[in-house]
Amino acid sequence: MTHLEQLEAESIHILREVVAEFENPVMLYSIGKDSSVMLHLARKAFYPAKPPFPLMHVDTTWKFREMIEFRDRMARECGFDLLIHTNEEGVRQGISPFTHGSALYTDVMKTEGLKQALDKYKFDAAFGGARRDEEKSRAKERIFSFRSETHRWDPKSQRPELWNIYNAKVKKGESIRAFPLSNWTELDIWQYIYLEQIPIVPLYYSKVRPVVERDGMLIMVDDDRLKLLPGEDVQMKSVRFRTLGCYPLTGAVESTADNLPEIIQEMLLTRTSERQGRLIDHDQAGSMEKKKQEGYF
Amino acid sequence: MAHQSELIAKDIHAYLKAQQEKSMLRFITCGSVDDGKSTLIGRLLWDSKLVFEDQLAALEADSKRVGTQGEEIDYALLLDGLQAEREQGITIDVAYRFFSTDKRKFIVADTPGHEQYTRNMVTGASTADVAVILIDARKGVLTQTKRHSYLVSLVGIRKVVVAINKMDLVGYDQNCFEQIAQDYQAIAGVLGFEEITYIPISALKGDNIISLTASNMSWYAGPALLDYLETVQIGDTRSVQPFRMRIQWVNRPNLDFRGFCGTIASGQCRPGDPVVVPSSGQQSRIARIVTMDGDLELACAGQSITLTLEDEIDVSRGDMLTDPNRCPGFANQFQAKIVWLNENALLPGRSYLLKAGSSVTPAQISSLKQRINVCTFQDESGKTLSMNEIGVCNLALDRAIAFDPYVENRHTGNFILIDRFTNATVGAGMIDFALRRASNIHWQVLEVDKIARAEMKNQKPFVLWFTGLSGSGKSTLANLVEQKLHSLGKHTYLLDGDNVRHGLNRDLGFTDADRVENVRRIAETAKLFVDAGLIVLTAFISPFRSERAMARDILEEAEFVEIFVDTPLEVCERRDPKGLYKKARAGELKNFTGIDSDYEVPERPEIVVNGANADADNLAEQIIQKVKKNLSLGN
Repeated sequence: MTHLEQLEAESIHILREVVAEFENPVMLYSIGKDSSVMLHLARKAFYPAKPPFPLMHVDTTWKFREMIEFRDRMARECGFDLLIHTNEEGVRQGISPFTHGSALYTDVMKTEGLKQALDKYKFDAAFGGARRDEEKSRAKERIFSFRSETHRWDPKSQRPELWNIYNAKVKKGESIRAFPLSNWTELDIWQYIYLEQIPIVPLYYSKVRPVVERDGMLIMVDDDRLKLLPGEDVQMKSVRFRTLGCYPLTGAVESTADNLPEIIQEMLLTRTSERQGRLIDHDQAGSMEKKKQEGYF
Repeated sequence: MAHQSELIAKDIHAYLKAQQEKSMLRFITCGSVDDGKSTLIGRLLWDSKLVFEDQLAALEADSKRVGTQGEEIDYALLLDGLQAEREQGITIDVAYRFFSTDKRKFIVADTPGHEQYTRNMVTGASTADVAVILIDARKGVLTQTKRHSYLVSLVGIRKVVVAINKMDLVGYDQNCFEQIAQDYQAIAGVLGFEEITYIPISALKGDNIISLTASNMSWYAGPALLDYLETVQIGDTRSVQPFRMRIQWVNRPNLDFRGFCGTIASGQCRPGDPVVVPSSGQQSRIARIVTMDGDLELACAGQSITLTLEDEIDVSRGDMLTDPNRCPGFANQFQAKIVWLNENALLPGRSYLLKAGSSVTPAQISSLKQRINVCTFQDESGKTLSMNEIGVCNLALDRAIAFDPYVENRHTGNFILIDRFTNATVGAGMIDFALRRASNIHWQVLEVDKIARAEMKNQKPFVLWFTGLSGSGKSTLANLVEQKLHSLGKHTYLLDGDNVRHGLNRDLGFTDADRVENVRRIAETAKLFVDAGLIVLTAFISPFRSERAMARDILEEAEFVEIFVDTPLEVCERRDPKGLYKKARAGELKNFTGIDSDYEVPERPEIVVNGANADADNLAEQIIQKVKKNLSLGN
């Protein structure tokens, strides 16, 4: 088997194991390229049946408009049940990445929103598209990652995970996060998308888009909630995104790559890592680990 | 050069095509603290150009702040993931790292060398094809080296690289390298490795890692570490082994389709191949191998597939589909090596959940035959296994499972043990062989059965299991309840300390292990008496949830009534009918429940009585009222 075939088989094994062991699983769907691959693998794992779980999107209300369009189209075409949850309390308080800073905003709209949604539907397992190569604290994450009743992750008492045998026992109220893409790298993801012709959000491809330069990043002007600061002006540039999140927190890269081979080519020749386009990791050292302990995906 | 930058830039399509043929290798690095494991992996990532500019900037900053290499870059910092361990300067868990070259994608398990973290090494090694064992050239073969080599061998890795590191610190001395290789060869004899490759390296300086460094070690002919990892042959035997697949999930989208999903553990299969289910002996043939991209003509070990069968046979999750001409073992008792992974020691007699592939079965360690000293490779005797200890055990499962000996098949001879109350993964097991006894005991078909015996007594048999602290009033209550049952014309038997501890269990003391065995024997005796048609009362502290659950499990549903005699410790201590609390407080009595040994309060007992209440007769009457429905013969 080639490396992609092995990765695919391992992911399918994980998806099936969760479905067989848990009563009420859900797939967290972030609309990004990793989610697209995870969704594709789920369709393969349960074919000819439909994947026996819903998709859930935690909508911060600050996602790129094209992401939302893509999300609704995929759910329609694949026949998935799509659940959308927004932290309404956060919306009422007017929490925004511009006024409250990325740390508080992420905590309220993403982490809290996610916990609310998990509690609301009483999911006992949630699939996430995180990969171990993304970030240092992810490298030690289990494939079945245990969470307490309050959704906390305790890095010091993780269950040992041997062979491909996964311990799926949880008490009422406890849950696991399952990561079928744990052993994939960014390059594997792109190669697989290319090989399997998996649809992805068009924002990954270069196009002339309106952007402003802020804090060393190129932020796309996706709607009129982005207020220009003194000295800033909107420029039209040929840009694309290596990673997708909330538009005010996601930096674009200047590029002309408008097809998959060119994107992969650019990725291989570039010298900046994927998460650099995200503000969230730079808040403080070990920030991802802290967020994960509190319940962030 | 790890990636062909030129080809990427010139012809990305040709590059992508070539990449699709890549294979994958999983390996583990092991060595003692400070042998340079993290530095070695950091170097592999670095040299295969997988460190990006922003990571490099962070690395340089971190190296200055907490690095151990002075002004130089501390590659180990690339790997240390969690803040706590970064501050302690040691890796405390298994971390998985990825890099790739043009020939292969690599997954590296980075595991700690610290003595108490054996469990992490076994975890990392369980999925690895190759092990890289690091030895500090200045220190040579250490006890730790032997331990790591034993564990690598135990989990079935047959190809190892002995990387003799820090050659720069011994002046790149050939004699030093050869002496260490010789020493290692001497200890490796009993470990059964197929192939041992010795490579002199300096992870810090990059010598013989990516390519040979002729200037420093012209005496070494190769291969460089990466050359070896890119070319070592792996997994070639797995496909020629007999076909095995455990059913993970049954796919039934509609009445016309019944697909069996699973990952092929070994061998291969084609439509038309005969298969058998060992648990039932039922046979059929493979009809189709179904995938979203169309049916397959052939599927091999490692693939996750969906099969349909020609006949409607009864197969469910946990069952194994196998080659009928080369069947696996099928037994409910076997010998296995167990690595203990949890702070709470293994206790023979306690019931754990055994998960082998997708099959989950309650199981007990029926005896711990010996502990293995991983430093001397010698056997030692022992009653329990503590964390990081390895033992040879006999196991008894509640029902038989299909398996192969681990040495023959890594994918069907393995299991994990799960604690039934904390749900922690507490043990990792590798099956040696089935015990002959398992297939030799045939249950005698008895003409007179439980129902017949109970009918003659005009009652339904069951167990009233009293649990509570010493002095809580268990025995007093059990006695009163027995009297009341007797006066109702019921045939009863009371098991308590007086008639059990002095006879059946007089060889047992009060350690945790003995307490577990004590309760196990009581439960089995109670079961026999229930089978004889009696109403059984037991009055023992029975402090652990696991054993009470075990007792519940071996009886039928409605046959087990747990009665928690809930009396506060201070009340029990004040009563102290046998003067035991006084002795325990004085330190004359060890392992006394409530004082220096735990009592685990029942989570969902059928009945709770307040043992501080002085009117025992009233309490006994309450218990009789609550079991009224068990006493009536109707449903």
